[in-house]
Amino acid sequence: MKDYDVVDIKGKKFLYSPQVEDHFFNPRNVLDDKTDLGQFNASAEIGAPACGDVMKVYLLIDPKTEKILDFRWKTFGCASAIASTSVLSEMAIGKTIDKAYNISAQDITKALGGLPQKKIHCSVLGDQALRRAIDDYKKHYLGVK
Amino acid sequence: MAQQNIYFDNASTTRVDDRVMRALAPYFTKIYCNPSNIYSSGLKTRAAVEKSRQVVARFLGAKPAQIVFTSGGTESNNLAILGSMAKFKKGRIIISAIEHPSVLKPVERLGRRGFEIIKIKPGRDGVVSAREIAKHLTNNTVLVSIMYANNEIGTVQPIAEISRIIRNFRNSKHEALNSKSPLLAGSRRNAGQAQHSQLEIKKFKLGEKAYPLFHTDACQATQYLPLDVQKLGVDMLTINGSKIHAPKGVGALYIKEGIALEPLILGGSQEMMKRAGTENVPLIVGLARALELISNKAAHKTKKISDYLIRELGKIEGAQLNGSRHRRLPSIINFSFNGVEGESLVLRLDARGIMTSTGSACSSESLEPSHVVRAIRDAESAHSSLRISLSRYNTMSEARRAVKIIKEEIIKLRRMSQ
Repeated sequence: MKDYDVVDIKGKKFLYSPQVEDHFFNPRNVLDDKTDLGQFNASAEIGAPACGDVMKVYLLIDPKTEKILDFRWKTFGCASAIASTSVLSEMAIGKTIDKAYNISAQDITKALGGLPQKKIHCSVLGDQALRRAIDDYKKHYLGVK
Repeated sequence: MAQQNIYFDNASTTRVDDRVMRALAPYFTKIYCNPSNIYSSGLKTRAAVEKSRQVVARFLGAKPAQIVFTSGGTESNNLAILGSMAKFKKGRIIISAIEHPSVLKPVERLGRRGFEIIKIKPGRDGVVSAREIAKHLTNNTVLVSIMYANNEIGTVQPIAEISRIIRNFRNSKHEALNSKSPLLAGSRRNAGQAQHSQLEIKKFKLGEKAYPLFHTDACQATQYLPLDVQKLGVDMLTINGSKIHAPKGVGALYIKEGIALEPLILGGSQEMMKRAGTENVPLIVGLARALELISNKAAHKTKKISDYLIRELGKIEGAQLNGSRHRRLPSIINFSFNGVEGESLVLRLDARGIMTSTGSACSSESLEPSHVVRAIRDAESAHSSLRISLSRYNTMSEARRAVKIIKEEIIKLRRMSQ
């Protein structure tokens, strides 16, 4: 994994990796304001505005296959927070909830081509939000406590 | 997209003025002798340094012997604080909670070494109250350091008023000292404490009536506010080349005569023994030239642009101006836009050719949001702050273009966050 704190900065035009740049400027699966939230069957929110990062995650899970059919999100945060939620949405869609549950902050960081060390802890919250949403699904739709 | 980039980050640093470059260039390659040399070429560089010192002194209403050249605002602030406090082991130091790190850090170091540090919080308008400072003056107060104008939100502090209060305090302390009366201005003490303050009086010799010293960091104020040290009534004042279209790496400190100052950098006897090291002749020449180029006309133009920006950006829903609307520099504008994280906005504006900065934690090394916005607003606002800082090179058409782009990017970021 590249560490962008120590990478050669020659020719570098963006603070983060090309993958972060891509997801930050072209975020995937952002929740559209016109979308009816009723179509999702799980959701979670994590973070606090006072801490600088808030992430809301909405999932549509197929009850039969337990696959994540749709993953929509809203994120208030810095570029790496936005990019990490965006890349996570792509990673999670199509996975079963069991598999998606295991996506770690490290997996997200890797998919983004690395993040500055100090950013990983604070901006990669998406995996926690996803796990919380899956817990929410199990609790409300499957009745698991 | 053949459009020029817009540089709206002049509080970080400014481009060097071409006229400054022309003035300083010969001192790199043609007139390069060490000013301490006694042959004729050395005398030439010595003359350039001393002429520059006169220019700086005149600009500040001071005497040339009161000006020390340094490597910039940070060194000047460090020298003012650590240098003037070197003779003390303890005492009270009063600063504002919104000082630049180059004041905060040396003061905090003194705090760890036994000094008592009082940080005065500004009002919600980002202005420090002189009365609040008066309340905290005590007989053992040795230094007050309050910045002239804030580098993040641009608010202007009442320096002349604070210096008047300090002067009155010193005089009454002096009188009390002579009459051996324990009744000292500014202190409300009970009988037990009165006895204690009498002991304090004995410790203060007549020569100590210069204390508390009053220092101001005028780096951001230099181009826009009256800088006459007599009228301001300060004992030490910091200026910085890189904020006024001179190169990075040069600054100056005004030090009133009679103030004992230990140098931080030891070596040769340059700068009246207050700052060792061969004088940085070209940059010193550049600093002086930059001061000569400061004009009211340019400041008026900057004011017009910032008035426009404040008016237009203020119309954006969920926008709030950080710091007083009127007690501010014309060059620094700071807004919080709710739902818009600062680093994200700065990076998106950069992608569209506009350079700005933020007090957002996410862009700082420490991951702590701006201590300045934090001192006057909530943490969320600090995470959502955008600073635009202008110079004489900015134009109204840049401002119009920027407003349009800022509005667009705010909409995009809010779509992701709200």
